[in-house]
Amino acid sequence: MRKRPVALVAAALFAYAFLYLPLIIVVVYSFNDSRLNAEWVGFTFDWYRKLFADDDMLLAARNSLVIGLAASVGSTLLGTMAGFAMHRWKTRLLPALVLAPIAIPEILMGVSLLIFFVLLNFTLGLVSVALAHIAFCIGFVAIVVRARMAGMDESLTEAARDCGASPWQAFRHVTLPLIMPGVIAGALMAFTLSIDDFVITFFTAGAGTVTLPLQIYSMIKIAVTPEVNAVSTLLMLVTLMLIVIASRLSPSLLRSDTEPDT
Amino acid sequence: MTSTAIARSALARRGRWLVSGPPIVYLLVFFAIPTLIMVFASFRTPGDFGGLAPLVDEAGKLDLNFDSYARFFGEPIYLEVFAKSVVFALATTLVCLLLAFPLATLIAKSPRKSRDLLLLLVILPFWSNFLIRVYAWMIILGPNATFARAVNGVLGWFGAGPVPLLFSSFAVLVCLVYVHLPFMVLPLYANLEKHDPALLDAAQDLGADGWRRFWRITFPLSLPGVYAGAALVFIPAFGIFAIPDLVGGPNDTLIGNLIKQQFLETRDWPFGSVLSIVLTLAALALAALAAWFGTRATRAPALDRA
Repeated sequence: MRKRPVALVAAALFAYAFLYLPLIIVVVYSFNDSRLNAEWVGFTFDWYRKLFADDDMLLAARNSLVIGLAASVGSTLLGTMAGFAMHRWKTRLLPALVLAPIAIPEILMGVSLLIFFVLLNFTLGLVSVALAHIAFCIGFVAIVVRARMAGMDESLTEAARDCGASPWQAFRHVTLPLIMPGVIAGALMAFTLSIDDFVITFFTAGAGTVTLPLQIYSMIKIAVTPEVNAVSTLLMLVTLMLIVIASRLSPSLLRSDTEPDT
Repeated sequence: MTSTAIARSALARRGRWLVSGPPIVYLLVFFAIPTLIMVFASFRTPGDFGGLAPLVDEAGKLDLNFDSYARFFGEPIYLEVFAKSVVFALATTLVCLLLAFPLATLIAKSPRKSRDLLLLLVILPFWSNFLIRVYAWMIILGPNATFARAVNGVLGWFGAGPVPLLFSSFAVLVCLVYVHLPFMVLPLYANLEKHDPALLDAAQDLGADGWRRFWRITFPLSLPGVYAGAALVFIPAFGIFAIPDLVGGPNDTLIGNLIKQQFLETRDWPFGSVLSIVLTLAALALAALAAWFGTRATRAPALDRA
């Protein structure tokens, strides 16, 4: 193996520090006994206590949870169908429709859905946000499911069909159990994406509905307060757990090559 | 064909529609049609109280025009904002490339076992909410923070006055880079990992020093990864509005902020639609350009020799 130059290691270490120091600071100051996020004063759980007494924040968390669940159930159903169809049949329309929302700037989708809902007189709120989240999550689920199917032995389904199973039975008893880890990973990913989304939620939530990212946005727009550090720390913890579980189920999830080599 | 075979193929066709139908319909309704409506809205006149003016007015005249497009291309201030957004996105791409290259190289050269962990460490921060990541920099760059005080202390030594770090173009650029860095590292790593180390050994045997090996071999071979990463960083950075909103100064209005303004404050849908369409077309054009350069670089003679 070639010796690694010192400069390269130093530059890479700098990049890692650049990635992690800011987040570490957020976590550390969430336990700091001071209003200002400036210097370390002493250890406290006060900001977490304050967080769990903050009704606006709890409502936002509840909304995020409801939307996240609806978005992950809806997009997992539709995304699994899409991933299955994209693997089984070589169509052009479906991949284009599934991948376009991922490829275009997020703000376009947020804005066009805002126009769409308002023109239809559809009240902006939890439902409109969930419908929008399903639309952008389908693609991510479909990619994970298709990748899983690409690694599957096709002859198993054929064997089931030859033994007299209907297409549904073959899917239900052979294909589905085999792609299940991919489906669950897709569902967890959709949930995470939904909980995290800011831009599309911002445009489709209307004035009265608040989710966690919207609440964080309006809080940090006014001032920096350690309560945000506390909620950020908890949110990071939840996301981290979900991603660890999802990646155990579908190892390709955390790599850049989620696209199967076809 | 036997009758059972015919029945089976009819069943297969029905099954195909049962499976691909629902996602197609959903995405048509909640993605394709809203996008088309927005394109249509860009040719309309804004309503008196937001939204759109009636499609057909009292005089029976159809409301379709190029007014909002003329406004965008006619008034220098909008083109200026557009140009500023391009500059910010390009600067972000460039800084990300400078940071990502050593990182991706190091990971690609690491023993196979530790590669996954090192890569995971790059992706992990990306899964924390992007507002949290921006907020982290609001703390670091805030006027009371140690970092800001240290910077201003050093500047004070040279007789330069204290500069506000937060609410500046500098803060916008730092946050843009921070938020998008993983998008550059991943494709770059995927590319660098495939390089054949024998090429570098051969170059060394022929007397090429480190820089020469980098510029003549590693960099040209990595171009497909560079272009892919550039597209992944440029597109989201181009349309961003939250970062300038939170950490930018008064002059850091980007095209994303303008779009947000049109829909939530001035309520001029047609102009907002024009801005969104221009943004998307420009972003997609640049991505297509990057993809084209990427495939061309793949076919470059350097790789043929590999």
